[in-house]
Parts: sequence; C-alpha cells; structure tokens
Amino acid sequence: MQLPPAVHARLAGGPGAAEPLPVERSPKAGAVPFRFTARQVRFPREHEFFEDGDVQRHLYLQDVLTQVAGAPERPRVPEFTCQVAGCCQVFDALEDYEHHYHTLHRNVCSFCKRAFPSGHLLDIHILEWHDSLFQILSERQNMYQCLVEGCTEKFKTSKDRKDHLVRRHLYPADFRFDKPKKNMSPATPRATVQVSAEALGAEGEQVEGDAMEVCSEPAGERHTAGRRIPPTICFGQGASRGFKSTKKRNKHQ
Amino acid sequence: MRTLVGLLTSNQALLQLEAARCLHELSHSEQSAVAEACLPATSYLLTYLSGHSSDFIELCLYTLGNLIVESEAVRRQLLPQGIVPALAACVQSPHVTVLEALGYALSQLLQAKEAPEKIIPSVLGSTLPQHMLQLLQPGPKLNFGVAVEFAWCLHYITCSQVNNALLITHGALSTLGLLLLDLAGAVQRTEDAGLELLACPVLRCLSNLLTEAAVGAVGEQMQLRDERVVAALFILLQFFLQKQPSLLPEGLWLLNNLTANSPSFCTSLLSLDLIEPLLQLLPVSNVVSLLVLTVLCNVAEKGPAYCQHLWPGPLLCSLLGTLAFSDTEVVGQSLELLQLLFLYRPEAAQAFLQQSGLQALERHEKEAQLQDRVHALQQTALHS
Repeated sequence: MQLPPAVHARLAGGPGAAEPLPVERSPKAGAVPFRFTARQVRFPREHEFFEDGDVQRHLYLQDVLTQVAGAPERPRVPEFTCQVAGCCQVFDALEDYEHHYHTLHRNVCSFCKRAFPSGHLLDIHILEWHDSLFQILSERQNMYQCLVEGCTEKFKTSKDRKDHLVRRHLYPADFRFDKPKKNMSPATPRATVQVSAEALGAEGEQVEGDAMEVCSEPAGERHTAGRRIPPTICFGQGASRGFKSTKKRNKHQ
Repeated sequence: MRTLVGLLTSNQALLQLEAARCLHELSHSEQSAVAEACLPATSYLLTYLSGHSSDFIELCLYTLGNLIVESEAVRRQLLPQGIVPALAACVQSPHVTVLEALGYALSQLLQAKEAPEKIIPSVLGSTLPQHMLQLLQPGPKLNFGVAVEFAWCLHYITCSQVNNALLITHGALSTLGLLLLDLAGAVQRTEDAGLELLACPVLRCLSNLLTEAAVGAVGEQMQLRDERVVAALFILLQFFLQKQPSLLPEGLWLLNNLTANSPSFCTSLLSLDLIEPLLQLLPVSNVVSLLVLTVLCNVAEKGPAYCQHLWPGPLLCSLLGTLAFSDTEVVGQSLELLQLLFLYRPEAAQAFLQQSGLQALERHEKEAQLQDRVHALQQTALHS
C-alpha cells in the first residue's frame, strides 16, 4: 500500500481540521431500491468482529503470564544485614530485603511495636489502641471505622465492626488485622496462642490450624537468618511449660 | 489453604513472599475449584495492595487477576471485599511493574460477563478513569506494557456502553487521538511488530467513543477534529497490511466512524490523496472490501464537490473489479457507490458504459438481493 508523502508530512504537522468541501445532497441518493446511509457503527462486547484482535491479546497475555510465573533469577549480592536497630536479619537479595523492610519496619506502631501491612491499618490501630481520646469519644459516637478502603461506615464497638466486615464485606471472621484490643496486663506467662473468640468461625468451629499464629514481634527480637523460630511463637499452653520437677513438693493440707 | 494463609499473614517476610508465590502458582490452575479454594486468601491479598513492597504487590495483583478469570464465585467475593477501591489506590504507584500488573488484574475484572452491571459502574465511579487516561498520554513517561493493559481496560469499558459520555468528559477522545498519532510515529520509526497490541484497543475505543460524541451529549471542544488522525490511521493501515492484516477491519471501522458524519474528514481523505491507497486494500478480503466501499460511499454521499474528486480516477476501474466478486454484500455496496457516483457525476456513468460496465452488471441480474439495484443502474447508465 503506497502512501503519498503528504501523509507523513501531515502527521508531522500541527493540529487542524480540513476546510470541508461544500456538502450538497440530492433526495435521490440512497433512495429505493438503494439504501445507503452514512452512519457510524458501534460494536458491543462479545461481537464476532473482535475475534481476531481478541485472540492476539490472549496470546500476548499467555506470554506475559508465563514470564511472570517463571521465577526470575534474582541477582544475588554479598550478604548484608538489616540496619534497623536490633534487627539482625541477613539477606543476599535486594527484593527480599525490600519486602522484609516494608513488612516489619515500615508501618510499625511506636507504642507497642506491632507491624502492619499498610499505613492505613497502622493509623487505625494507633487511634483505637493508643489514643485515650478515642475511648472517650467512642462512648458517645460511632468511632470504629470499617477497614475496607472506600467504605465509610463507622461503628460503636469493635465487635460491630467485625460483624460488618464479615457480613457486608465477606471478610474472614478471624481476619488477622482486626484483633480486638487485648486487656493490658503486665507480662504474664499466659497462653499467647490466639485461639480466641474471634478465631471461631461462624459455625463455632475452632480454628486450630492457626497454631502458627505469630504473636506480634517486638521489632528487633533475635533473628538470625530466619531459621530459628522466634520465642514469641508459642505452641500449646504457654511458654512457661517446662520439666515437671521430680522433687516432691511440700503439700500443704 | 489454612496453613498457606497463615504463612501469608505471618510476620516472617520471606515466608510471606514464598506463600504468595505458592498462591500465584495455584492461581494458574484452569479449574475453578482451585481458584475457589483460594478464597480465604483474598482479603489479605487486597490488604497487601496498600503496602509498599512492589514485588510483593505485583505478585498479589497477578494472583488476583488469575483468580478473577477462573471463577465467578471469586469475583462475587472480591467486589464486596473492596477490590475496586483497592485497585484504585494502587494506580498511584510509581512502579511500572506494579502498574502493568494492576492493568492486567483490572482488565480481567472488566472482562467478566457480569461486568457491565456489577463492576463497570463502580469502576467509573472511582478515580480509575482519570488515572487510566493519564497513563495513556503520549510522552516520555508512557510505558508500552502499562499502556497496553490500560488500553484494553478502556476497551472493555467502552464496548460495554455503560457511561461513555463520562469518559469523553475526562478527555478520552483527545488522549486516545494523540496516542494514535504517537503510535503512527512509532510505526514509521521502527516497524516493531508489537505495536499492534496497543493499536488494536486504541482503535476500538476511538471507534466506539466517536459514536457517543455524535449524539451531541458532548461539547464542541471534546470532539475529535484533528486531521492528523486520518494520516496516522493510514500509516497504521499500511503497517497492518504488512504485519497483521487481521486488524485491517478494525482500522477501517474507525475510518468509517470518522468519515460518516464529517465533511471535514471526507475532505481530508481527498486532499491527502488517500483514495488510491484505500483502493489498494480491496483485494485483501471480503470484509475489508466491504468496509473500503462503505468509506468511499461516505465520501461520495456528501455530493458533487466530493464526487468530482472521485472521478476521473482509479475508482471506476476498481468498481468494475468488485462487481466481479462473488460476495453479494460486496457487490451490493459497489452498486450503492455507483448510484452515488452516477448521481453526482453523470459523466462517470458514460465512462462506465464505455468500459463494459453493463456486462459487469448483467451477471447479477438474477440475484434476489441485487436485481432491483442492478436494473436501476442499468437504466441510469443507458440514459446518461
């Protein structure tokens, strides 16, 4: 298909419309038995006109997705340590470090050291857990905001909010980032496994599989190469379990 | 799955990453039952979209996109879980890889069969349309992979006809028009075979959006009037002819929508000498012939001033050629064009006779769909 040079020149030129030639129609144009009328055409979704282009799109995506799925060889670098105070995690790939940093050190509550996946959840946490004004206000008005971005609902209690999350937004009842505030008692050797009320599903089924629940790590606890299980993970009934002494105790009667 | 979700939500960053990779693997399954098994993870995948770790977010997006395709049950859960606002928040990311993944996930969501009723209205109500158009603006920041995804997103929205007027008020016609010019420029420079992946959805959006603009819902300044669009389109048609002929109909569809109601664009076709290149497309296929003839009719029906430029010229000879086609619709459209040409340029009828036009018409005298028009033309030619 040969294009006249004027076409390329026009593309390189400035915007503008052609001064139209005068239009002058005869009523006989397109009159019976003829039928032509100039009209724009629109094609809806799924029209067969789109088939060929759709196939090409599909093939392109297959390529893209295959590339994404094939784990890329992440460039290894000489081992280095996370520089955040107290964190000793070691890395040999930058992407791993980036994710570690954003997960554990970026949105961290300065009061209780819990880490959150986003600034949004951190802000809500600080408000609800560490702001005494919040407690006072929440007695008079609905202050517990829905966690879902875009939803502006607020609730009287944390439980109401959870119900809303479950019913309206189909969130899991044990959503990890919506734990109700724990009673603040001094460090007790109590069970820290969170098989608690909110872990119970709608049918009251106990979620024992959550035994891997990690208690929020104080940032900076010992971490070496990620192999040792941090002591804050607790299985069963509490960290204080140890060997039962074989010594007889004095039983007071 | 419970274990996987536990790992996905643990505070061990590297375990999280590996768990996400597992989920991503699972999401490739073609069985919807597998996608549905991943339902417990979706609220977390969405939550992590507001994080900052770009690799992780990218993984979550591809996983979500894959799950969305596989199962309506997954989509039914993701919508109330807030997928649209979550994706809208992601569109601010400065990372190109995240944007490309986002575009992919969104395109899968928009392609769902229930999208026009259940998904597109909320997408249109979010900040996504403005951002999508920004990501399609030509310039140094345009990223090809990102643009491809969002152009397809825009296509799924526009062909669903939910609220195209809104897109036009956001400047969609202008942005896409400029992008078309940019594409034609790129084609001139590199002839890279990948450009049609972006050209295709852009052509489709423009074609469908033009039908909205014509309805008069939109002000003058929002309409597409730039003659360079015609030049760009022909450069792309030439490119398609060489690399991807199956896209010629789509390009010609746009040309039809540009010229149907626009004396200005019809004039451009003439002043830029594009009739002959158009005729060179006739032999490609019946569908292409039909569209070429329709565009030529768009020009001819504007009256004598236009037909003066159509004859003398190669058009008549080409029409004698298309009259020999076996496809009834192509022949029918040739007859329509001849009627317009004879009406506004009677001398062409004489030339037609001299070039054995009557014989060319005769072969269709018995064809039910054509005979009335054939007879009418025979009369006109004989009386000319």
